[in-house]
Amino acid sequence: MTCTEFLALLDDELEFDRTMAAEMRAQIETHLHDCEHCEVVFNTTRRTIEIYRSHEIYELPNDLRERLHAAIMEKCKGCK
Amino acid sequence: MPMSTIQSVAGENEQHPDVALVERVRAGDVSAYDTLVRKYERQIFRIAQHITQNREDAEDVMQDAFLKAYEKLEQFQGNSKFYTWLVRIAVNESLMRLRKRRTGKMVSIDEDLETEEGSVPRDLADWAPNPEQNYNQAELADILRKTIQGLPRSFRVVFALRDVEGLSTQETAEALDLSVPAVKSRLLRARLQLRERLSRYFRKAGQPLPVGDGRADAQDGEVEE
Repeated sequence: MTCTEFLALLDDELEFDRTMAAEMRAQIETHLHDCEHCEVVFNTTRRTIEIYRSHEIYELPNDLRERLHAAIMEKCKGCK
Repeated sequence: MPMSTIQSVAGENEQHPDVALVERVRAGDVSAYDTLVRKYERQIFRIAQHITQNREDAEDVMQDAFLKAYEKLEQFQGNSKFYTWLVRIAVNESLMRLRKRRTGKMVSIDEDLETEEGSVPRDLADWAPNPEQNYNQAELADILRKTIQGLPRSFRVVFALRDVEGLSTQETAEALDLSVPAVKSRLLRARLQLRERLSRYFRKAGQPLPVGDGRADAQDGEVEE
C-alpha cells in the first residue's frame, strides 16, 4: 500500500478495526507500522474530528434558545 | 413462521422515534412538534452558523427552517429520516439567506470549491498528547472557529454534517443534494485541511515546521534548517 492509497481511505470511517475486511485491515496496519508520516496523519486526523466533536464552537445560550423556541411554536400554532 | 413476518416485526421495533412524533403532528398535536423542535434546535442552529457564519442569520434560519418543515410536513415522505429532511431544509434556508445578503447573486454549496490546499499533507509534525489543554476554553473555541471558517464552504458543511453532527455519508449526501463520492472527496479534503491548520497550534514542542511533504520533493522551495 502506498501513502496515496492510504490517504484516500481517510474519506470515511476512521474505525478501521470494525468496518474493514481482514486483508485490508492488515495492509493498513502494515503501512502504518512502516510509515511514520501516515501514522501521524492518521492519528492527528482522528484527533481533529474528536476535538471538533467534543467542543461546542457555536453555542446557543439557553435564554436565546428559549426565545427562538417560543417564537417558532407561536408561529406554528398559527399555521393550521 | 415465514421469514418475512419475522423481519417485518423486527423492522417495526427498530422504527425511529421521530416517526411517531411526526405522525402525531400530522394528526394535529402541536406538542409533538414542540418535542421535535427541542430535540434538533441546537443542531440546526449550529449547521446554519457553519454555512452563514453569522449569528443573526443563523437565528433567522433556525426559525424559518422549523416553520417551513412544519408547513411542509405533509410532503415528508419518510424515505429519509425526519432529521435529514430537516437539515436539508436548513441548508437551503441558509443558502437563501446568503443570497439575500449578496443582493440576489446565486449561492450554492459548491461555491469557492477550487482549492488544492491540503489535499496532500505537508505538516507532518506529531501533536502534543493533549494539545487542547494548552489553551483555555475561550482560546480553544476561537482557534477551532477560526480554523473551520477558513475552509471553503462546501468542505466546511460536509465536515460539520458528517463529523460534527454525526450524519452518515449517505444522509450528508441527501441533505446537501450531492453524490456519495462527492461527499467523500470533500470530507477527505476537509479533514486533511483542518488537521493541517490545527497542527500550527497543536504540534509537539520542538517539532519542525512543515517543509514540503518530507518524502518526495521540496516543492515550495523551503529548506529545512
